[in-house]
Parts: sequence; structure tokens; C-alpha cells
Amino acid sequence: MSLDTVKHAAETPDTGQPWKELGLKEDEYARIREILGRRPTGAELAMYSVMWSEHCSYKSSKVHLKQFGEKVPANDAMLVGIGENAGVVDVGQGYAVTFKVESHNHPSYIEPYQGAATGVGGIVRDILAMGARPVAVVDPLRFGAADHPDTRRVLPGVVAGIGGYGNCLGLPNIGGEVVFDECYQGNPLVNAGCIGVMKHEDIHLAKASGPGNKVILYGARTGGDGIGGVSVLASETFESTGPAKRPAVQVGDPFQEKLLIECTLEIFKEKLVAGIQDLGGAGLSCATSELASAGSGGMRVELDTVPLRDSSLSPEEILMSESQERMCAIVEPQHVDRFLEICEKWDVIATVIGEVTEGSQLEIFWHGEQIVDVPPRSVAHEGPTYHRPFARPSCQDALQADDAGKLARPADGAELREQVLKLVASPNQASKSWITDQYDRFVQGNTVLAMPEDAGMVRIDEESNLGVAMATDGNGRYAKLDPYTGAQLALAESYRNVAASGARPLAISDCLNFGSPEDPDVMWQFAEATRGLADGCLELGTPVTGGNVSLYNQTGETAIHPTPVVAVLGVIDDVTRRTPVAFAKEGQLLYLLGDTHEEFGGSAWSEVIHRHLGGMPPKVDLSREKLLGEILISASRDGMIDAAHDLSDGGLIQAVTESCLRGGKGARLVVPDGLDAFTFLFSESAGRAVVSVPRSEELRFTDMCGARALPVTRIGVVDGEEIEVQGEFSIALGELRTAHEGTLKGLFA
Amino acid sequence: MTARIGVVTFPGTLDDRDALRAVRLAGAEPVSLWHRDKGLHQVDAVVLAGGFSYGDYLRAGAISRFSPVMETVITEAKAGMPVLGICNGFQILTEAHLLPGAMLRNNHLHFICRDQKLRVENAETSWTSDYSAGQEISVPLKNMDGRYTADEHTLDELEAEGRVAFRYLDGNPNGSLRDIAGITNAAGNVVGLMPHPEHAVEPLVGTGRTDGLGFFTSIIKKLVNA
Repeated sequence: MSLDTVKHAAETPDTGQPWKELGLKEDEYARIREILGRRPTGAELAMYSVMWSEHCSYKSSKVHLKQFGEKVPANDAMLVGIGENAGVVDVGQGYAVTFKVESHNHPSYIEPYQGAATGVGGIVRDILAMGARPVAVVDPLRFGAADHPDTRRVLPGVVAGIGGYGNCLGLPNIGGEVVFDECYQGNPLVNAGCIGVMKHEDIHLAKASGPGNKVILYGARTGGDGIGGVSVLASETFESTGPAKRPAVQVGDPFQEKLLIECTLEIFKEKLVAGIQDLGGAGLSCATSELASAGSGGMRVELDTVPLRDSSLSPEEILMSESQERMCAIVEPQHVDRFLEICEKWDVIATVIGEVTEGSQLEIFWHGEQIVDVPPRSVAHEGPTYHRPFARPSCQDALQADDAGKLARPADGAELREQVLKLVASPNQASKSWITDQYDRFVQGNTVLAMPEDAGMVRIDEESNLGVAMATDGNGRYAKLDPYTGAQLALAESYRNVAASGARPLAISDCLNFGSPEDPDVMWQFAEATRGLADGCLELGTPVTGGNVSLYNQTGETAIHPTPVVAVLGVIDDVTRRTPVAFAKEGQLLYLLGDTHEEFGGSAWSEVIHRHLGGMPPKVDLSREKLLGEILISASRDGMIDAAHDLSDGGLIQAVTESCLRGGKGARLVVPDGLDAFTFLFSESAGRAVVSVPRSEELRFTDMCGARALPVTRIGVVDGEEIEVQGEFSIALGELRTAHEGTLKGLFA
Repeated sequence: MTARIGVVTFPGTLDDRDALRAVRLAGAEPVSLWHRDKGLHQVDAVVLAGGFSYGDYLRAGAISRFSPVMETVITEAKAGMPVLGICNGFQILTEAHLLPGAMLRNNHLHFICRDQKLRVENAETSWTSDYSAGQEISVPLKNMDGRYTADEHTLDELEAEGRVAFRYLDGNPNGSLRDIAGITNAAGNVVGLMPHPEHAVEPLVGTGRTDGLGFFTSIIKKLVNA
């Protein structure tokens, strides 16, 4: 086949092109022709098709996402906002922290191990590209029903992939979630988050400026894997028929990525780069067009200089390949030799593939012939925008009217006891240690807290003990019942988890997992959830620094529950003051903070006992969340509490069970006045936490809560070898532990 | 005088910074060693740290064993220089035949990361003299290929000569023969184990225990008193 050059394209306007197969719509193709004033070449069509995909262009979501830039809380911690590879916040002492959560959902369903592995690899390179040393990863995961045969295929592969890649990179895995629900059966959600640390002056941006500066591609060779990953996989609904999509999944090499990290950090240290971008979705098409677009515009690339794994690849395939472990740097000519020397030291292949030019066009050549001549902004930043229609689903009213408060409640202590055991053993509430024990949480030697703690926490300065914490949360059941409230509950829970660890919440990243944007019901969920999240962030004072949207998470007509996952990042001045979840000291007093109402809509109890989803999710009061957070942080800093656990799914009894098992101590609980035992144990009212208070601190702690008007109720004491709810029932710790820790092992080991 | 203890970085080594920190916290001078450099920069002892050197490709430790720095480490170890191999470092020591046996994939086929209880069986090596024989310690274990294996004759010999340095307690985590977690050479200067003492040197991080510090204080005492 002859080369489709720019000249050839101009001369052959009527040549038919495979725009449809590449995932473009007819009007999008027409628009490309209009921008260029001719038909695109094959290479240009390849670039536009991947960059204008839903995954890269956010074409359906960006009209809603812009709220995150409009409803910005006053927060002087923000150093770099939405639009870069990842956001950056100031955490004090000259340190900056960058963090982000992304999805790798579709590849992980098709090829669980590689899909999950390269999800880790991609988010780590995003963080690295900001100039930061990656210091920790987290993995929010959602799978189909725990006992479904396909979950046995997907889950072990995903977990092994995350471990296989992350463990080999030397990044501690400190948190995340594992949720099972049949709505994720054909669409597991594999989200991955990463935290990186740098000094303020080390922040790097993805832009190519300075004519004459060299464009250096370094890292792995480019192969035929992952071609069309973003356009074919991430931007369409799966059909059960159709050709295998496995070749669209990338294959990862964590060893190469580890070298890339160390090599890049050494390059940063010597201040050798003017701009840098990682290669992820849409590969070289994305890196070159985004770098050029964010800079002065002009760039010339000799595509035939790109090192290949397979010499038969066409220029289109090279531009679309999503081969992993590659980075693209803009380097001033006088630094090129030193740059290449450091790459050689780390056995990393590096090649000058082009340079920044005076002009405003991105020009790509193949053996001297021009195959791309485009305005880079039109590729990277001026893709299509859709105002997709959305409407409240017709079934929403009936769903909300199906009140969980009407469900049959346990009649006596014996039935309560039985339901508690059922709850803590249910796959969603059971211990996840079978999974998390496959991840290295110790490497780098700075892990202060890791799962099953409320938040993961790492020390970032050994002298001052400055640290950061992160929690990720999302509850698709709540969001299904009311997406606006559900998104705020995800935010509130993550915020509460960070505060419970003793860290001050600073900012958030989000991963918005939804069904097809072409379905007005789904678009309504998306619109409501983003509105809820933006309003919530404004009220809590935690800006959105960036994130990711994953659409088309549906099989046929059936979409997943709307699942906004929120990652809150917090800072703690002295990690020695952190608060763990374990009730470890006998005789300490247990206090419940916040108000408990009869709220069971979307609750774990309604799911486990009645397989029910209906009614309204718990109410959100963000000013209360903020107050609770302040109390938890002050109490931690001033040594008034020895343990804290947030209350969320599963309610109080779930939190107390986890804290008792973690500390190896029992608890005696008393049902407070005004509450029945069932509501006390199972309600999922938001804005609550349980804390363990040394007797010497009791007065100081309750005085502080009183002075700040936070409801505080003494509910018991850490004591003995069982959890006893006075007058109702007791369960020995051993029996609880067997129930709580045996489930996942039984299902997957 | 202060002891100088080197920590080798191979491509893919992960726990080198942790090992350097442990050396420093124990009171010695940490020295970074690079795999391409044959020189040991006047160190008194060497730690081969954990990780996935060369991605564990071919076999864990199989490629690193042939790196320039290992030529010198092998020569010096045979001449009596103390060498500690942790996890991947232990794998490299067996590949280099400084210690007998080999590590296979864990019998449950999963990576495992947990706090692991060990019994110190030999408290007379260069790296264990600050412990007492029979002492029980807990340090993190994290690996994919941690199942120690050797032929019966070698195992019997190790047992007879007191060269089993550490044994797993409270459940064998990977199917290691005779619950072996770590071994020493006959001279007691070369020690390898799968668990990670360098992750158990500060009360604040990791599992919150400092049971691993003894490895580093043992060697410092030996070097300083030498």
C-alpha cells in the first residue's frame, strides 16, 4: 500500500476513508475535513479518531465537568489545577503533592491481569510526568456478584495484575475498596490512584515551547499492542457478539516502568526537561498533539525514528499504539547529551524524534514525506462537544418510593445477633485481606497506615514527620437511588475517612464511572452526580484537582449503578499523631459522634438481609461533616483519642467489629436512650464516627465536642473477648473473626 | 570508627532506600553501590536488598548474579566479608552459589505480604549476634517466589551444621521445606532470608515493630569491635 501523504490527500479528495470503523461519527469526519480544508491523511485520521474518542476528548462529559472549574472553593493549597496530567496541591514545608484516580475498566474485563496492571502503570506515569516521585498507590475495585463464576475469572486476574505490576514497581499499595454487585457483572470497575511528592520548584508541565528544543521519546519500544484502546474499548458499549477485542488491550512491563521512574527522577534532578508528557491512552498521537497544543504550537516529528518492537508497523499504527512504559520530553539542545547519558545509565532507550518549530502546525514525516499537517489544538483541545439529552428516569420515583424502612426488622436479640454475623460475613462487609495481602504495603519504608485502616497514610519527610493520607470511596447503591446525594455521600465518606486518620482533607480527585452517555437516563445520573460533587466540594472547601470519566460501562441495555468514586487527599503535620482504627486498650471509652436516624435506603443491611435496593439514601449535611472532621483532627493532634473509625456502609456494628478485630479486644455496648438496638447497630446515617477515648481524656474530649456543638454519646467500653450489646446479645471475637475473615478466602482461594 | 555498609542497587531493586535507612538508623554509614560498578568503595559489609532485579525475568536473581558488582561481592564474601541477602538478595545469593538451595514460586501461587513470625535458630552469625538463639521475632514478609528448596542431603547438612538461621513460626507462608526462612554459610558471614528486617526498624512505619534492627546492630558491633 502506498503512503498516504498530505500531498496525496489533497490530490485525492474522494478517496473513501474508514472513519466509521475508527469510531468517528459522520459529522465529526466532516468537521475534520473542514478544519484541514481537505480530507485527512490516514495518519491524521488515526490521530483525530483516538483524540476525539470519548475517553480522550470528554466530549459527552465536559459540559458537566466544567462546574468543577466554576464552583471552586477558596483554597490556597492548589498549585496546578484540572487539565494537566494530574493536579498538584501545596502540603507545606516546600512540598507539593500530586494525585489522581483513573479508570481501566474495559481492558480489565477483557484481559483482567494486563488490564489492571497497565491501569497501575498509566496512573503512575501521569504522576511521574508532573515531576513527582510516586510514593503510593490505591485501587478502588468493583466486581459482579461474589459467587458468580465470571467473578472468579475477573477478580483473581485483576488482583494479580495490580500486585504483579505495583509490587514490582516498588510502590506501597495503601488503600482502595473492593465492592461486589451484580450490576458490575459484565463491567467490572478497575480504578487506580497514585500519589506523588515533589518540591514546589520541581513541578513539570506538559508543554512544548522554545523553537529548536528537541522532542525525545524514551522508554519501551513501540509495538502493536493497545491500538485503538481508547476509541475501541473505552468509548463503546460491549456487545456479546463481535470480534475479540483482546488485541486492543496493552501489555505491561513493570520492570521497564521502574527503570523509567528512576531514570526520569534523575533527569528531573538535573533540571534537563522543559516539558514532559507520559504516553498513555492514544499514545504518540496524544503526547505530540497535547505537548504542541499546550506550547507554542509548532512541532516537527520524524516518525520513522521511533524505535519499534515490530518493524512492520504502519505510521498510523505507530501513532495509535498504546504500548506502555513510554514518555516524551521536550529538551533544550544543550541538555540532550546529558539526557541521553542518564537514559543509558538506566538501560532506557531514548531517541530524538523531532523538535519544536517556529510555526503553529504539528507536522509529522515518514521517511522524508509529510503525513501529518494539523493545528495541534484542533486535535488535542478542540474536539467535539456534545450536549447529550438527559432526563430523570421514569422508574426513579418508584425506586425512591420503595422505602427500606418498611422492610422486616429483627424481632429480638437472637435475630439481631444472627443478622450481625450475616452482615460482617457478607462479601461487601467481609475482610478484604485475602486481596490486600497480595499487595506490598511496606516498600519504601514510609507506610504509616494501610488497609484496612480508614485511610492510607505515608510519611513524606523523615525529619519533620510530615505526611499525607488518602481514602477512596463510592457507593453505587446510594447513587442509584439519588445520584446527587450519592456523589455527595461518596465525597463525605472519603473526607470523613481522611479526617478519622488524623489528616486534614485538602483536595479531591474523582473517577466517574457511568453507563452510556447516549442513554438520557444515564446522562441524567451523570449530570446529577457531577452537580452534587461540585456543590459538595464547594461547601467542604476541597477543590477537584482532576480525575477521569469512564462512560459506556454497560452491557447491552443495562448500565452499571452510577459510581462516582472520590479520592480525598489530606495532610498531617506529624504522622506520629495518626489515629488507627484498632480498639487496642482495655478500659477505654467508646463514644459515638454525630446523630443516628432511621436511614436504611441503599444500606448494607437492606442488601444482605433483604436483597433490597430502594428508598432514599442517607441525608447529607456537609457542614456537620466539616465539624466532625475538625473534631477528629483536633482530638488526634492533641492526643485525646487512641482510635477512630468512620461509620458508613454496615453502620455502627460493622465499624465496631472491624476495630475490635483489628485491636484484638472486645467491646461492651449500651444502646443509647432514644434509639432502638436495630437502628443503633445498622443505620447508615452520615456524619458519624466512633472513637476510643482514654479515661484521662474523657472530660477534655467531651468538653471539646460540647463547645463545638457536635452530638457525642457514650456507647460503651473496650473490654473482654466478645462484642456484647447489653440486653440483646453477645458474640465472641473468635466467632466474629471466622465469619468476617473467611468469606473471600472461601470464594477465591 | 563507624562501619561502612554498602547496599547494592540493581535495575529493579526496590528496597535499597529502606536498607540504606536501616543501616543509618542502626548507626552505621550507608553507602550506595551500583550494579555496573565493580568497586565496593571501601565498605565493610554489603546488603543485597529486596525487589525484582531485572524484573525477575528468567529466574529471580539469575541475571543480577552476573552483574559486575557481584564479581567483587562473590570474591569478597568468600574471603570473609559479611553479606546479607534479603528476599531478592537471598535469591541472588543462591544463584551466585554463595548459599545452597533455591527459591520456588509460593505453593499457593500468590504474592503474599504479611507480618511474619520467625524463630532465630542461629544467633552466632555476623548478622544475628544481637539476637539470642530461639528468640522469636516478627518482620514483614512479601514475595512471590519465597519457597525455599534444596535436596534432602543439603537440608540435612544445613540442619546438622546449624546453618538454618531462621524458621517460620505460626504457619509456613509458602511451602518452604522444613519451614526454612533463612540460612547462613558455614563461616557465618553470608546470610540470606526471605522476610524483610529492613522494614522493621522503626515503631512508626510498617508493622510498628523494630524486631529487624538487630540484623544491623549485630553487624555494626562485629565490625566496630573487629
